[in-house]
Amino acid sequence: MTAPAPAKRPEVEEIPEAERPWVTIVWDDPVNLMAYVTWVFQKLFGYSREKAEKLMLDVHHKGKAVVSSGARERMEHDASQLHAYGLWATVDRA
Amino acid sequence: MFRRYGEHCVATFAADEVRVLRKVASEVVGLLTDGFDHDDPVVGRLFPDTYPEQPDESADFRRYTEGDLKTAKIDQAGAILAALPASTGGDVRLDGEAAEAWLRALNDARLAMGVRLDIKPDTDIGTELDEAVLRDPTSARVFQLSVYAYLGYLQESLLNALID
Repeated sequence: MTAPAPAKRPEVEEIPEAERPWVTIVWDDPVNLMAYVTWVFQKLFGYSREKAEKLMLDVHHKGKAVVSSGARERMEHDASQLHAYGLWATVDRA
Repeated sequence: MFRRYGEHCVATFAADEVRVLRKVASEVVGLLTDGFDHDDPVVGRLFPDTYPEQPDESADFRRYTEGDLKTAKIDQAGAILAALPASTGGDVRLDGEAAEAWLRALNDARLAMGVRLDIKPDTDIGTELDEAVLRDPTSARVFQLSVYAYLGYLQESLLNALID
């Protein structure tokens, strides 16, 4: 038995770094209350309670989560806002 | 403990609660003004590096944003001081905007205390407190842990009242 040869090689296209969007990342910390973090996500990003809660749980269980993505200036604005609320936020390329 | 009355979040504070909240909020203001020091890990937590892998980018971003962020944090701690009743105790009545400032300020105070108390993800405050009491019930750590626990309880009750 042999696997059929692929008709053609899939093209893996590297997205140049300059075109990759930016992201805001929130990191887990041992102090912030889970309900507070959920509320901040709803408040700042207008996310539904369900989406905000899922992001909060991602932060809690995986140590971090991407909470927004887009232009760099926008992400820096988001990070600043999150810092005002006491969340540990950083900006990076996606 | 905060409760919702119409558009306001209301709580009654005893004299010792007023004293503790005044002390805690004043300490945050002190940390952000005269005592501001980038080498202090509390400042590091309240003003995290936006680009942890790129110190130059972080410093650049900090130069443009730190002043506003500091002002915002001083204002929110000031919102606690402004709304506290006389030292004999009494009611605190917060509209939505003041309640949000209190939530952020209580969070800043807890973050600062969390760094000082070395709170880790697996830290159980009840256990920590029991152990600290056994060692020395009059120690500063017992007091600090009690205040930390109280602020968490207060923040949660305010959040529940606000979104009620």
